[in-house]
Amino acid sequence: MDVLRKTPLHDVHRQLGAKLIDFGGWHMPVQYTAGTIKEHKAVRESVGLFDVSHMGEAYLRGGKAREVVGKLTTNACESAPVGKAVYTLLCRPSGGVVDDCIFYKRGDDEFFVIVNASNQNKDLDWFREHASVDCGVDDVSDQTALIAVQGPKAVAMVDRLPGDKAGTLSAMPSFTFTDAEIAGVTCVVARTGYTGEDGFELACSNHDAVKLWGALLEVAGPLGGLPIGLAARDTLRLEAKLPLYGNDLDDDHTPLEAGLGWAVKLDKGNFLGRDSLLAQKASGVERQLVGFTIDESLRSTARHGYAVMENGATVGVVTSGGPGISVKGAIGLAYVPARLAGVGTELSIDCRGKSVAAKVVSGKFYKRAKV
Amino acid sequence: MSSFPTDLRYTPDHEWLKSQGTAWRVGITQFAVDQLGDITLVDLPHVGDLVTKGQRFGTIESVKSVSDLYAPVSGKVVGVNATLKDAPEQVNSEPYAAGWMIDIEPTEASEMSELMAHDAYTKHVAAQ
Repeated sequence: MDVLRKTPLHDVHRQLGAKLIDFGGWHMPVQYTAGTIKEHKAVRESVGLFDVSHMGEAYLRGGKAREVVGKLTTNACESAPVGKAVYTLLCRPSGGVVDDCIFYKRGDDEFFVIVNASNQNKDLDWFREHASVDCGVDDVSDQTALIAVQGPKAVAMVDRLPGDKAGTLSAMPSFTFTDAEIAGVTCVVARTGYTGEDGFELACSNHDAVKLWGALLEVAGPLGGLPIGLAARDTLRLEAKLPLYGNDLDDDHTPLEAGLGWAVKLDKGNFLGRDSLLAQKASGVERQLVGFTIDESLRSTARHGYAVMENGATVGVVTSGGPGISVKGAIGLAYVPARLAGVGTELSIDCRGKSVAAKVVSGKFYKRAKV
Repeated sequence: MSSFPTDLRYTPDHEWLKSQGTAWRVGITQFAVDQLGDITLVDLPHVGDLVTKGQRFGTIESVKSVSDLYAPVSGKVVGVNATLKDAPEQVNSEPYAAGWMIDIEPTEASEMSELMAHDAYTKHVAAQ
């Protein structure tokens, strides 16, 4: 039997009564004692803490770092201002997606990147394959912990903790980052997340993870905050229509098909996949990832892998789906032929032998109130 | 590990049965609830429907999965917990009480002897 990998917070999760599962080779909390629905709501209404230390982190450094990052990424990560975090796809020459990730520009000669846990080795190999003598790839995944603090109370809560930049973190714009000391721990603080809520993602050394988590949980508790497991992380990201690699994104679908054209800058100069994506843009996509809702009255949930049907034939597939928690009914994402992708189109989904009507909708399922 | 009530009978599929006069009340055990997580939908048959041992009589959906409910014995459905339609979370909070699902009037007496008593079910769960 393979030994499951553990994050530096593994013992803390056990003490908190988490239910731990094998998640891609990692022993991770799927939920804590409150359960998924309460955890989900805590993030929507207050604040939640996520241990996402299983994710991979690396630095690309050197005189050619800007050039290499430009070649690897579909978004304009390389030309972003220093201090900016940029969501991007990594594409194959075919346009298929190697991974989606965020690059943090520290300088033209230094970029930090956080990648999906399940793709860590694949991504690092991909970086090294396309890096050059003048751009080293430094995998720091094994030394780096990552804690996400998400929810309407997250930013003010973190900003109140003692630290060298205390009181100034709230002013950070979305998708920026800074180095800061929080509760005595040196962190990379990024105003990013995967929940549809405001918040931070804090990267720190493994050695400091327990200390940082403890400091955060201590102030989160009185606010109604909770530690959040992977099950709620999935329901939260789906309501915010944030794609999950392996479900909604993969090597066989392009960012244009996935509706991520906004993160593909075809005019930024050459990058891996550009030629294929240019051609696809010119000819139009044949299939598209769409969001759909199933009315509450139908009492049905479409899940990953269910078929989208048309006249008795399978024409598409649900890539993510589940019950809405902060929205009514069931929600999901599906790849469908472009002719069925229009907003308002009625889809028929085979939910375990039952044909269930779903409606194509645009935008996020859940939108947080603007403060 | 949760402990299971001693006055119930059990199936290997983690359902419990409780004698209610001529009928048997059916629900799912704490072990099943722990496996499922937060329950979001329970679909049950109608009063008067016939169910067959081992065949699907309903479905239960949680945030992360959907599962069939299998009839523990053959018989006629004589009661349905209609409150679960709007409050499926009762299965999480009170699996042996407010979270009950259906009452079955058995038609095959021999099937009753195949149900497990508390200690056999406890061993069954320990072996999972």
